[in-house]
Amino acid sequence: MHELGIANSVVEAVRAEALRRPGARVRKVGLLLGELAGVDRDALTFCFDSLVQETELAGVPLAIEFRPRRHRCRRCSESFVVVDYQTACPRCGSTGTECISGEELEFSYLELEES
Amino acid sequence: MNRVPMEGKVLKENDRIAAELRARFREHGVLCLNLIGSPGAGKTSLLERTLEGFGAGTRVAVLTGDIQTDNDAARLARSGFPVRQITTGGTCHLDARMVERAIADWPLPDLDLLLIENVGNLVCPAGYDLGEAAKIVVLSVAEGEDKPLKYPTIFFKAELVVLNKLDLLPYVPFNLAAARENARCVNPAVEFVEVSCVTGQGLPAWHAWLEKRQAQAAEALAAARG
Repeated sequence: MHELGIANSVVEAVRAEALRRPGARVRKVGLLLGELAGVDRDALTFCFDSLVQETELAGVPLAIEFRPRRHRCRRCSESFVVVDYQTACPRCGSTGTECISGEELEFSYLELEES
Repeated sequence: MNRVPMEGKVLKENDRIAAELRARFREHGVLCLNLIGSPGAGKTSLLERTLEGFGAGTRVAVLTGDIQTDNDAARLARSGFPVRQITTGGTCHLDARMVERAIADWPLPDLDLLLIENVGNLVCPAGYDLGEAAKIVVLSVAEGEDKPLKYPTIFFKAELVVLNKLDLLPYVPFNLAAARENARCVNPAVEFVEVSCVTGQGLPAWHAWLEKRQAQAAEALAAARG
């Protein structure tokens, strides 16, 4: 249950960003969450909602965009989504592939309402 | 409504501290390893046997993380090597700041190897970089061979899986080949060492892995210093 600590990091970063934009109200927080980040989307949302209750961020939704595990083939450069742990290249069959995304736990955007 | 880009990792503060620690470890030629496994997988036993196998002059230290109690530090301190407990007070993983604080007064130039035993958990420790050179999963045969598929993140990030409690194999339904296959599904490059901390079986291979990894770290340091 490390989602509480992660949600707290989200809240702190969003507040810091909001301070740099006086007069703007945060309306939505966009995050990227990779399949391999080891973070549960529902638990993260629950923790975020709990932390911002009765604060200026109350009711602000987390818009979490899921990123699947994606590999690139070192031989033929094919890029593909890994399904059922099949990491071999679907085009040329090479097993020499490397992970290029799916570990994200990153900010993407803020939606702001300027007053 | 105005959408503005916001960049950066959510755990960037942890990652910043971890990067500083990694740079310090590298500068002083300290190989730092982060041992992760379920409660009861045998992390502390593996460390006990590891320390027993080292000569008195070995420049090794251990950090051991738990939610409560300093039982593990007390167990490991019998080895005579520097051991420090990190008690997280409820947190389910170690983070880089805890490690930074715990080693603040340890002279890194006096160390070659820093072993960190994470809090018993296959999920949360995976997300927190501690500045280690490698993550190692300790998995016991009593846990079942499907664990790599159920907890893929940590197996994906690990360089080595230590399969522990080989002495229990006659009593539990555990398929070693399937366990290896499952871990390789998630992480084709992962290495394996199979041990029993009770009988000592496989421990020479574990020590050999540590020596190999220390030699690599020493080479990298020598190359960096030109």
